Amino acid sequence: MAEFISTHFIPVKVHIKERKPVFERFGAQWTPTVLVVDADGKEHHRLEGFLPVEDYLAQLELGLGKLQFHAHHFDEAKRRFQAVCNDHPKAGGAPEACYWAGVAAYKGTNDAKHLGAAGELLKARYPDSEWARKASVWLH
Amino acid sequence: MPQIAWQKDVDAALGEARASGRPVLIDFSAAPA
Repeated sequence: MAEFISTHFIPVKVHIKERKPVFERFGAQWTPTVLVVDADGKEHHRLEGFLPVEDYLAQLELGLGKLQFHAHHFDEAKRRFQAVCNDHPKAGGAPEACYWAGVAAYKGTNDAKHLGAAGELLKARYPDSEWARKASVWLH
Repeated sequence: MPQIAWQKDVDAALGEARASGRPVLIDFSAAPA
């Protein structure tokens, strides 16, 4: 985990007793809260509450995907989302990642088959998740 | 085991993010150091 964080992020730890104004600046209401922000300080992903390591790593990768997605780098976003969907299939964030992998693939190609494929995958793998329900409109 | 070089100054980290192209991970904590 340390290597992943050090490779992909500039890591900052803010302690409530030392820097409470920073909590207020970023709207952190609870600990732990973890944000993925860009160089302008714009938030792209937020985690609230403790997570086991695999879930935590999956969420960080999901955050990297959202960062790329929001920058319209859809191929890189898809790669990040698919990494969560395929490499961390039991993580809590996996259904969301599979959903966004389909959206990023669609946005990058304008080919709706990617939405259908994501919908089928979510229906098969995570039938009870809200992400499968969101993707159900893509199924024919 | 590798350690994470956590910084404390958010604005300095944002400046480093701008220079490096990496995003910032901000961990808000109440845990004892």
